[in-house]
Amino acid sequence: MAILRYALYRFATMLLTLVVVSALIFLIINLPPGDYLSNQIAELRSTGQTAGVAKAEFLRTEYALDRPLWEQYLIWVGFAPGPQGFSGLIQGNFGWSFEFDRPVSEIVGDSLWLTVLVNLAAVLFVYLVALPLGVLAAARSRTWVDYTSAFVGYLGLATPNFLLALILFYYGHRWFNLPIGGLMDPAFEGQPMSWDKVQSILLHLIVPTFVIGTSGAAAMMQRLRANLLDELGKPYVETAIAKGMSPPRMLVKYPLRMAFNPFVADIGNLLPAMVSGSVLVSVVLGLQTIGPTLLTALKTQDQFLAGFVLMFVALLTLVGTMISDVLLMLLDPRIRYEGRKA
Amino acid sequence: MTEGSEDRPMAPLLTVEDLSIAFGNLDPVVRDVSFSVAPGETLALVGESGSGKTVTCRAILRILPRVARIRSGTIILNSRKGPIELTKLSERKMRKVRGSLVSMVFQEPMRSLSPLHRIGSQVSEVLCLHKGCSENAARKQVLETFERVGFPDVERAYRAYPFELSGGMRQRAMIAMAMVSKPELLIADEPTTALDVTTQAQVLGLMKELQAETGMAMILVTHDLGVVANMAEQVVVMHKGRMMESGPAKLVIQSPAHPYTQQLFNAAPSIPEDVDHSADEEPTDLILELRSVSKTYQVRSKSMMKPPVTIEACRGIDLALARGTTLAIVGESGSGKTTAARIALGAELPDPGGEVLFREARGAKPLPVHDMTRAERIAFQKKAQMVFQDPYSSLSPRMRVADALSEPLDIHGIGSRSERRDRAAAMLEQVGLGKDMMQRYPHAFSGGQRQRLSIARALMLDPALLVCDEPTSALDVSVQDQILTLLEDIRDRLHLSYLFISHDLAVVARIADEVAVMRQGLVVEQAPPDVLFNNPRHPYTKALIAAQPTPDISRPINLKLVAQGAGSPDSWPEAFRFTGSVIPSLTSYEPGHKVRCHV
Repeated sequence: MAILRYALYRFATMLLTLVVVSALIFLIINLPPGDYLSNQIAELRSTGQTAGVAKAEFLRTEYALDRPLWEQYLIWVGFAPGPQGFSGLIQGNFGWSFEFDRPVSEIVGDSLWLTVLVNLAAVLFVYLVALPLGVLAAARSRTWVDYTSAFVGYLGLATPNFLLALILFYYGHRWFNLPIGGLMDPAFEGQPMSWDKVQSILLHLIVPTFVIGTSGAAAMMQRLRANLLDELGKPYVETAIAKGMSPPRMLVKYPLRMAFNPFVADIGNLLPAMVSGSVLVSVVLGLQTIGPTLLTALKTQDQFLAGFVLMFVALLTLVGTMISDVLLMLLDPRIRYEGRKA
Repeated sequence: MTEGSEDRPMAPLLTVEDLSIAFGNLDPVVRDVSFSVAPGETLALVGESGSGKTVTCRAILRILPRVARIRSGTIILNSRKGPIELTKLSERKMRKVRGSLVSMVFQEPMRSLSPLHRIGSQVSEVLCLHKGCSENAARKQVLETFERVGFPDVERAYRAYPFELSGGMRQRAMIAMAMVSKPELLIADEPTTALDVTTQAQVLGLMKELQAETGMAMILVTHDLGVVANMAEQVVVMHKGRMMESGPAKLVIQSPAHPYTQQLFNAAPSIPEDVDHSADEEPTDLILELRSVSKTYQVRSKSMMKPPVTIEACRGIDLALARGTTLAIVGESGSGKTTAARIALGAELPDPGGEVLFREARGAKPLPVHDMTRAERIAFQKKAQMVFQDPYSSLSPRMRVADALSEPLDIHGIGSRSERRDRAAAMLEQVGLGKDMMQRYPHAFSGGQRQRLSIARALMLDPALLVCDEPTSALDVSVQDQILTLLEDIRDRLHLSYLFISHDLAVVARIADEVAVMRQGLVVEQAPPDVLFNNPRHPYTKALIAAQPTPDISRPINLKLVAQGAGSPDSWPEAFRFTGSVIPSLTSYEPGHKVRCHV
């Protein structure tokens, strides 16, 4: 029950943090002088297109951009009534993208869950690769196994992701007939979900997952190896051997459990690093994730679009840290029972 | 149990012959070691750090570091399953020996148990491994073993995590883990070194009882000759990887033949048995005075609902240190002795109502340590210095000796660069080191030399008061002896005063002029050492003295006395008992001898 209580508590603090983050994001987006609409109005005026000016002015009042900044913020989040009453992020209205002239939710739509999908796949890849390799490198430290995995790991860390992407696309297509670019066959875009579409997406996921995941996996592997080597020198390992345990069984039951803590704690850091780190890769690979959208939105000061994307990344981060915190509590009795007296 | 007589009645259970072990291609760290242990017998492997005793005992189970190689020698175990040559056994068969025929208890019970697994799971695992039964089947036997090693609530102990138990209880869990499969040989590597002295006495007593019940043999690795005298029938003394002397404990302890063994015994401090009463005149020239010093800490409780817990580290301490003498505060971990020392140095503020007074010179105006002007404070810091417990971590590994020593002068801006160097060189000679060592880094020194360095550093500012926090507890016996001699020597030469913190009564008996025994933040008894050791009145003092193992076979540990005094204060005899918040006051029993009891 303590866990449930802790999870609830963590959830509450997460919501609070999210509010603070939203204020910061809004403030930072509005820091540069001018906004999308005033830039546009100035441009339209100079070219004498009055009809456009009227529309822009309409949008300005519609989205309350003529009010003070703090009011704008409250309306955007949905804490205060705007021109249409309460209609902000909390109410599910993500705002209007001036650049694309469509509601934000429409633009972001598909790419939202594709982003989550690509990054979850990458995180899974990181853990699936790093766990066995890291354990192996530690158990066979200072042998060729260790050196080889370290060498490959450093290669993975050092190769620029976009370069790796191009190479993999070329050879992937040549040898395995893997598709190039995109996250699904163009035929399925905008289509309802079907088995064929799922297959197409999975096939398209292979290269991006590998590209986004390698550097993370290499770093994670080295961290796990170092943690595990530290643990292997501890007296409780000797105790376990003196009990007559076989090395693999001992390794998994004792030191690995201990080395797991930093491994789990990293989940929270991994998610945002990948989302922001994969922007370039997404552009190169032509992935319909949220990364390229964020880039355009920031460049054109499209504030509602940029704000929404940033909020989404922040949410991912916070959910990631919350998950890792709750997992840590499940894993480590010292965190769970601190203060309980025997 | 077999008596330690010369004619060995039974065939040996374990025979080690001509064992040599080396790390890589280096010179062997263990050379030609031979000994044997009979069933039911205890063999003590005695030696100082680096003697090879730990490597030797690990070689029996073949749990040596990866680079270590057994160069030559045989280890034969005559178990119930017939003789086994342990050095030639395959790793797979060796695993069947570990934990079932031969098991081991390690030094640090906290670090030797996995913090993430329940005690019950870690202990029952031994049975699962060797008997192939499930944890549920093993449970009953584990609970019985827990009962036997003295857990008050076995079910609770089974579910507990190591960090929820005290040091003594953890070591009982380790012993239970080693005993649960009923081994024929138990190897105990310094099993009580990390424990308080009264806990040590109880754990040693438990091990002896278990041995008598099961008839197992025991190899006890220790540096403590007192423990040897209490536990062993046979003794092997090791030094730098070689056997110096071996034989029945009685013989080796009463008349050690080898000069190294004699040296070890001479160095071991012991509590004096009979000392003449020397009437002390009332000291008038006090350098330091603690007046009703209390310290409470508020510890925030983990749950937000419960109020914070108050911990009383010190409760109304009155102590006075006369110039040129040594006042020792003795107590076990958690007794508040270190807090008292930190308050005396001004490192911590006492609770309102308490004060600490410092007189720099005879007849000088007493200065309140916790209410000084900036200038007074700086002057006080020069006059009061500290020597720390662990010489390995209290010296920066990145500073040369010369820099480490002149740093205090640097900080206070005293002297020119060359004057500082000269003073550092002079201090090195004071503490028995050469001035050619000025350019070395601390790692080039042994533990004893490092402790000399930290003493030299403390002396650099020409202090009047040294606070020594367990300065010898991390050192070997013979080195401890040298450091104590050095401390006595410079105290008399430089007319210093010591506030000496220790858990070791034997060390205190040697160096102190006045001893205060602390328990749960209170001084329970205070007297000069000869009075205290001859005529202890308080049950806790009696327990401490009784628990101290002495290298003398005719003075075994009196477990009854230990049990009486070491328990919680509400189990003490009526006159001394704390009932609730009613605590007896410190009353004068005879001149210079104060005891906390109801009159």
